Amino acid sequence: MAVTTAGQTSSQEAAKASFLYRPEVRAVIYQLILLAGIVAFFWYIISNTIINLRRLGIASGFEFMSRTASFDISQTLIPYSAGSTYFTAFMVGLWNTVLVSVIGIVLATILGFIMGIARLSSNWLIARIGTIFVEVLRNIPLLLLLLFMYFAVLKSDLLPQVRNARELWFGSYISNRGINLPAPIFEPGFGYVMLAAILGLALAVGIGIWARRRRLLTGQPFPAFWVGVAVTVAIPLVVAVLMGRPMSFDYPVKGTFNFTGGFVLSPEFLALLAGLSVYTASFIAEAVRAGILAVSKGQKEAAAALGLAPNQALRLVVLPQAARVMIPPLTSNYLSLTKNSSLALAIAYPDLVAVTGTMLNNTGQAVEIILLTMAVYLTLSLLTSLLMNWFNARIALVER
Amino acid sequence: MKSIKIVGLAALVALGGATGALAQAKTLEAVKARGTLLCGVGPAAPGFSNPDDKGNWVGFDVDYCRALAVAIFNDPAKVTFKPLTSKERFTALQSGEVDLLSRTTTWTMSRDSSLGLTFAGTMFYDGQGFMVKKSLGVKAAKELNGASICLQTGTTTELNVSDFFRTNKITYKPVLFEKSDEVTAAYDSGRCDAITNDRSGLASDQVKLKAPADSVLLPDIISKEPLGPVVRQGDSQFFTVTKWVYFALLNAEELGVTSANADEMAKSTNPEIKRLLGTEGDFGKGIGIANDWALQIVKKVGNYAEIYDRNFGAKSPVQIARGANELWTKGGLQYAPPIR
Ligand SMILES: N[C@@H](CCC(=O)N[C@@H](CS)C(=O)NCC(=O)O)C(=O)O
Repeated sequence: MAVTTAGQTSSQEAAKASFLYRPEVRAVIYQLILLAGIVAFFWYIISNTIINLRRLGIASGFEFMSRTASFDISQTLIPYSAGSTYFTAFMVGLWNTVLVSVIGIVLATILGFIMGIARLSSNWLIARIGTIFVEVLRNIPLLLLLLFMYFAVLKSDLLPQVRNARELWFGSYISNRGINLPAPIFEPGFGYVMLAAILGLALAVGIGIWARRRRLLTGQPFPAFWVGVAVTVAIPLVVAVLMGRPMSFDYPVKGTFNFTGGFVLSPEFLALLAGLSVYTASFIAEAVRAGILAVSKGQKEAAAALGLAPNQALRLVVLPQAARVMIPPLTSNYLSLTKNSSLALAIAYPDLVAVTGTMLNNTGQAVEIILLTMAVYLTLSLLTSLLMNWFNARIALVER
Repeated sequence: MKSIKIVGLAALVALGGATGALAQAKTLEAVKARGTLLCGVGPAAPGFSNPDDKGNWVGFDVDYCRALAVAIFNDPAKVTFKPLTSKERFTALQSGEVDLLSRTTTWTMSRDSSLGLTFAGTMFYDGQGFMVKKSLGVKAAKELNGASICLQTGTTTELNVSDFFRTNKITYKPVLFEKSDEVTAAYDSGRCDAITNDRSGLASDQVKLKAPADSVLLPDIISKEPLGPVVRQGDSQFFTVTKWVYFALLNAEELGVTSANADEMAKSTNPEIKRLLGTEGDFGKGIGIANDWALQIVKKVGNYAEIYDRNFGAKSPVQIARGANELWTKGGLQYAPPIR
């Protein structure tokens, strides 16, 4: 009996001792220590910040967001005036960032694909153009590129002064104040045109699905893309004519200093968009090239053996497989483009950072404003990543 | 890239206590221990502050910091100039990257309150104006309806111009840059019809243009811009020194003490001059510096009139009439409390 008890106790002790040595337990303990450390760190920083701000006599809190901004912003996608609140100003900056980023991503992708494929072209000249594009743009600091795009173009006599603005098509003008375009004015009945456009788009998608199914079953090709485009354009056009053209245009008119009426794509917006697009395109081109090179040569040869033309082989066989390799670097390039758009202030484009810079100077609330700004960029980045991951997953499935 | 800098500065505020990077309340002691004064100035504002062809900082705002360095170290060279854009300047001061700003900064109520700053005085009385190309034929600011106007961000300029157009029920298109060089470059290229800035700033901008003579300042003055050195709140000792250096420059001018006659004047029997130059009383000691502080300042940097003349006078590239910045005895607004 005594022996067994003793044995039990010692094994219990052993169990107790080894409890701390069990890997699962240790893992939890380490996690807890880490968590405590992180909490303590942030607690320290936050309390420190509050104490320091108070000691320095700097205002804190977020109440300022509902105060009047009393400064103007040159490009506003949502209603805004100097009498609006700081919060509205913040949103104006946010939308300006989103606008230039989204359009920039689309343009950079198109240009990047063209240049990446060009670099692999068997045509000597085209391949060289691709190489030069990539090597030059990739190696210029973006800020310099933006300043060049903006000031070099403005200073050169490439663009006429406003007073001598050059007329382009449909009553639009180009000058060193930007591109002035007629603005559409929607009249009653335009809703039907919109409806028709949606219908056309749905039809185009339907045609695409049908054509794909038929190709998979019978191998018969169908120019689904072009037919789709035609349908999407033609249907609303027909409806518009039937409805008696329920849309008119507000044309830009030369005023004393600037054009009035219509809407304007400012030189700042155009330069930023162009700079961000070509710069990012040079990186995307490399991702595209790497993706294509990652597809084994046998695939191309097999496609050729099946009688596919080179561009069909590229579109139907190589790119779908290359996409899997390209998506991750593509995602990070999209994220860079969005974050790089914060250089906008150097060329006077009112993006989020430019607007919050003014807010920060007038309220003095650097900590709050920078936290908000960082939160916005983080959110935009996460959204982009989510979207791209979803797309990536889809492509991976399709491949199987 | 600037935003990175500002994020860094914000982080400094956050970690301040931990890193010790935040300037302590005892700025004067910190400056003395460091051996150099950190003075925030405008990067490219001829007349106020810009590097000359040898890379030395010169200008009205620069000379004030040199005078302050003489007061503290008896050496006008013991200043490190930190060029700061309008947008960066307050964060730089709050976080202790500089000891003070001497950079065409307007004294306003919000800067005195929510930004946690204190102005040492009005070194330069100014007001906001507009500069246009002569060829436009514009004679008054109200004719600028619909114009594109270039200006610097992070300034009172940005707010005043908005108020001006709003109250006059006319419109304009702002084109906002961070650097003054970008403002002048954009204006030169014809991107905007006008530049708006403090009128002294416009005079400074004008000399940077390709063809300065083709532009003209409009007569309108749309705001009050009292410009002066500014320090952090809560350090009355350093604040007092910065304030009295400014007053000493004015008192020296008023009493006729110049860099040429300062030593001679030190022998004067006039009690006011004796108190200023430290031959009577312990005024310097009272604020934590040497008793002959003002004598040394005038000898090494000059009095207010000499500084003004050097930077805005007939021989300087930027010429601005004294106007409101004359001494009160000559019909101006510059007026310093007495040393006694
Ligand atoms: N006084 C205004 C404007 C100050 C300001 O930044 N002025 C310009 C024009 S002189 C300047 O200092 N620029 C110099 C530079 O950035 O190089 C304020 O305090 O907000």
